[in-house]
Amino acid sequence: MGAKATRVAFGEALVRLGSENPDIVVLDADLSKSTMTEYFARKYPGRFFDLGIAEGNMVGTGAGMALAGKIPFICSFACFVIGRFEQIRMSIAYSRANVKIVGTHAGIGIGEDGYSQMALEDIALMRSLPNMAVIQPADAVETERALEYIVTHQGPVFFRLMRQKTDDINPPDYQFRFGKGVILRRGKDVSLMATGGVVANTLKAADILGQKGVAAQVVNVPTIKPVDRELIAEAAFSHGKIITVEDHGITGGLGSAVSEVLSELGRGRIKRVAVEDFAESGDAEGLYRKYGLSEDNIARKALELLQD
Amino acid sequence: MEISDLKAIAKELRVDIIRMLVEAGSGHPGGSLSCIDMLVTLFFHKMRHRPHEPTWPDRDRFVLSKGHCVPALYAVLAKAGYFAREELATLRKLNSRLQGHPDRHRLPCLETSTGSLGQGLSLALGMALAGKTAQKDYRVYCVISDGECQAGQVWEASMAAPKFRLDNLCALLDYNKIQLSGAVKNIMDLEPLLDKWRAFNWHTLEIDGHDFAAIIRALDEAEKTKGRPTLILCQTIKGKGVSFMEGKWEWHGKAPNREEGERAIQEILAQS
Repeated sequence: MGAKATRVAFGEALVRLGSENPDIVVLDADLSKSTMTEYFARKYPGRFFDLGIAEGNMVGTGAGMALAGKIPFICSFACFVIGRFEQIRMSIAYSRANVKIVGTHAGIGIGEDGYSQMALEDIALMRSLPNMAVIQPADAVETERALEYIVTHQGPVFFRLMRQKTDDINPPDYQFRFGKGVILRRGKDVSLMATGGVVANTLKAADILGQKGVAAQVVNVPTIKPVDRELIAEAAFSHGKIITVEDHGITGGLGSAVSEVLSELGRGRIKRVAVEDFAESGDAEGLYRKYGLSEDNIARKALELLQD
Repeated sequence: MEISDLKAIAKELRVDIIRMLVEAGSGHPGGSLSCIDMLVTLFFHKMRHRPHEPTWPDRDRFVLSKGHCVPALYAVLAKAGYFAREELATLRKLNSRLQGHPDRHRLPCLETSTGSLGQGLSLALGMALAGKTAQKDYRVYCVISDGECQAGQVWEASMAAPKFRLDNLCALLDYNKIQLSGAVKNIMDLEPLLDKWRAFNWHTLEIDGHDFAAIIRALDEAEKTKGRPTLILCQTIKGKGVSFMEGKWEWHGKAPNREEGERAIQEILAQS
């Protein structure tokens, strides 16, 4: 594994951005040592507010601060903050409050804590709200660049981060472009479209496929909403075969977003690699193998699609 | 403004509320009539605001957490000059800015969108916290219902506001004791209600929510209270001003028909 978890890159970048923009305030729900907002809290105690284990109120308080002109980051584990969907729906989305929702510890990659702490439905829920952007970086540099953008974005954003360290997949001079996918590797036979930490596994899957004579394109999709329709269309109208990969439930995530575009285009075929059950405790690597997010399984799915 | 003026405005706006609901054919008269006196006092006596400049940064903020009673707020905003009174007739109609529950995107002079009960106090708390953080001296007022105190989020917010010493936050609890399907005490009793707020470290007051002098005194005391937020428990009557609606849960969420509306208006106009 690589240098840094995206939540750590987030916590560090937030301190830097906080010095540049005095309107940034940070709210947390007793998880600042895990969401890494504690760096911000230490540097700017007057702009950090711990709301305790009361995420519904944190959502509303953040919305109120945004409506009064602040740029609030409301932070918790993704499952706990997105679990307050009704509050997000009304107080943030419908009120057009400029709140940045940060959900860390997304997916089964958190490992030992088990299902109760694993967000697997969060992308689906946030994607369903009309003016909500959904962004998930794959590594530390992308986290920093995406966060710089998010501060300037007018409107609510869900920023999905991971607990575990992830490999660096982007160059140091990486530029984040909202709504755009990033082609990491070219290939004419099949597209592997992935988001978050599993982009690294997906690159390894492309290596496996390469050894079997399959040229796989690898696309990193940091913006899940609005999804990059143009890039999906290119794949659909060339080889027409797409695998999506995400550490999220099978329903409503990146796989669904890509499927929606494909069915509207009436072109292309897709197989979705995602979590299909509640998952469980265990080590991250073992969980990825058991629930199908390992590079071997990603490659296997691609071969199945090519042979169909 | 003199108390006699506030009374006259409240009387006029009670008529507007009935007219709006008759035109709309649906809506919530009971709770609109129980909170109108506190709204009138806030907007025409207490609050610092500029109807010609709704986004004035230093304005006092008002959050109607009991969003279903928005006819009362629309009537007040129109009277204050935020929009033309004629627009009240569009309530709940297609393409209207006056949604059945408040939508600040369509009607930007509203501070928030509400309607899902239990959320407004958190929004008000956020605004008060932002004000303190920015060292602004605006105040934030929030009208909450009794029924919504059954929602856990109200108590999350009530626990948080004293922690941040938000003396710029004042909640008015419209205690009309009736919710959609019956008496609050039968659905889910809140008593001892004032004790609960006191135990959560709020400065608390209890008044007759239809007595303008008492509302003014309470709001002034709230403003003078330093170091913590104030909760004003307003004892009110559901459907206040229309005898056949008063104290009746049936009029929580049912609009009067034309004949009932006419009777209600005649009755309101006949009051001193």
